[in-house]
Amino acid sequence: MSELDAAEGSWTLRVRRWVDRVLPMDNLLPHRQPYYVGSWVYVFGVITIAALAWVVVSGVVLSFMGPQWWHASSLGRFFNSLHFWSVQLFFIFMVLHLWGQYFMAGWRDGRAATWMIGVVIFGTSILTAFTGYLSQQNFDSQFIAINAKDAMNAGGIGAFFNVLNFGQMYGLHVMLLPIGVTFLVVVHIVMVRARGVVKPIGREGGSPS
Amino acid sequence: MKAKAHITQEEYYRGVRMRPYDLVKELAYALAGFGVLALVLAAVLSSPDVPPVTIAGWAQSDPVDFVTTATSELQGSTISAGYGNPYNTNGDGQSWGPIAPVKWFGTRIPVDSANSFVLQPLKTASFGNAELGTALSQWDSANGDQQTAWLKAYSDALGKATVTDGKVSVADGQYGPLPVMMNNLLGIAQAGGLDGLLTVSGRFYQTDYTQALLFMGDGGYLSGLAHDANLTGSQWGMMNETGSYPGQTWLWLYTAWYQVFPFTSNDGILGLNAGNADLGIVILMTALTVALALVPLIPVLRDIPRWVPIHRLIWKEYYSAKKRST
Repeated sequence: MSELDAAEGSWTLRVRRWVDRVLPMDNLLPHRQPYYVGSWVYVFGVITIAALAWVVVSGVVLSFMGPQWWHASSLGRFFNSLHFWSVQLFFIFMVLHLWGQYFMAGWRDGRAATWMIGVVIFGTSILTAFTGYLSQQNFDSQFIAINAKDAMNAGGIGAFFNVLNFGQMYGLHVMLLPIGVTFLVVVHIVMVRARGVVKPIGREGGSPS
Repeated sequence: MKAKAHITQEEYYRGVRMRPYDLVKELAYALAGFGVLALVLAAVLSSPDVPPVTIAGWAQSDPVDFVTTATSELQGSTISAGYGNPYNTNGDGQSWGPIAPVKWFGTRIPVDSANSFVLQPLKTASFGNAELGTALSQWDSANGDQQTAWLKAYSDALGKATVTDGKVSVADGQYGPLPVMMNNLLGIAQAGGLDGLLTVSGRFYQTDYTQALLFMGDGGYLSGLAHDANLTGSQWGMMNETGSYPGQTWLWLYTAWYQVFPFTSNDGILGLNAGNADLGIVILMTALTVALALVPLIPVLRDIPRWVPIHRLIWKEYYSAKKRST
């Protein structure tokens, strides 16, 4: 077998060719868009990504300084507030993005999986924010934990996901769940960039679903 | 929906007019603009941070509620004592017909309310306290009927208890060792000792507050404060927050179900009612979330965007151009 023949069987070469075909750099970092991409609705997605970046950065500062810092110092309180408002705005823009995509039927023309991953991101984000509320170490955390345990236990989840256990909730909040959300967002973006934005509803030859 | 072979963007956009676009600039502007907004909101509005309630604070502020709760723990009549899984086997938990997830995984977080919240802390604190040691010996050596009689008499008397210098007093009666035990427990709690004793795990480090929170949840003090702050379940509590902050507004739909039929009714419908509201709502929200994910595959739901002309506003330019050309 010649060297060239061996290269044809290379897994690396196959992966590279697949990536080149599905996501060429022109698609990943586009410098042009169809002329109908002009509404503010298109901006909600990118603002949600910006919000996530601010959530992660402020969260990293809070976790680096430790749980007592945000209660005891004015700077810690400020970063806690920055984290809090970044999360609030993150959800506002994510929901606007979701409704925008719904009324644009953004799943058409082979984009159903992109929509589904988006819904999983929404659900995972809710769980991440929930563990954040449980990790605040204040009165809200206490009562949310006492109140929420009943739903968790009724659903059987409480046996493994103990909302009264600060250590478990804090660990999930600062490590596993943010990694999950970030990973899914990267997958979502890659899927969006691979196929590009969907065409308007009702254009010639358009698929109804 | 028919699966489609991957087509390139070049093929997909063939014949569509393109215009310049700068993705990196858009992202940079979004990061900067969002940052300014978040920084201003954080600086101007701050964030909620009401200090947590301690068992010491509870025992100092409402000694009668504290002692009543501790007595109820011994009687086995509190929420945690009769909860069932995952804490114990004293209750059935919620079910909907044959569906009872609470039973699937057994008692994975064992909590013995009477022992954990009352007797064990008292035994730990009885070292060097002869009066308490004697009271505990008397309690341990009494039979179940005797203990039940003492508890009933003491519990009834607590309804007319008075507080003097932070101590709870009841009318004279046949209470056995209970007044000594409860006043000692109250004293330990007021000094902050019970906050520590309920989070002891046999190791130096501790991050699990299950026992302390369950005990506080059994009392009326914490839930009273939560009610004042509009945090309870019937007040849309799960999406509220202390002060005038927005809270977890994204849980509005989940919380809304707790405010409407059948989850507010004792009779309900199809076996769903206030008694199994938590389970019913968990099932309902799971089904709705799956439906949201599967919208592209569900007729009617996936057709609504075509029927509701919001897309005509979003792609105004496209439809105007199309109208002009026809």
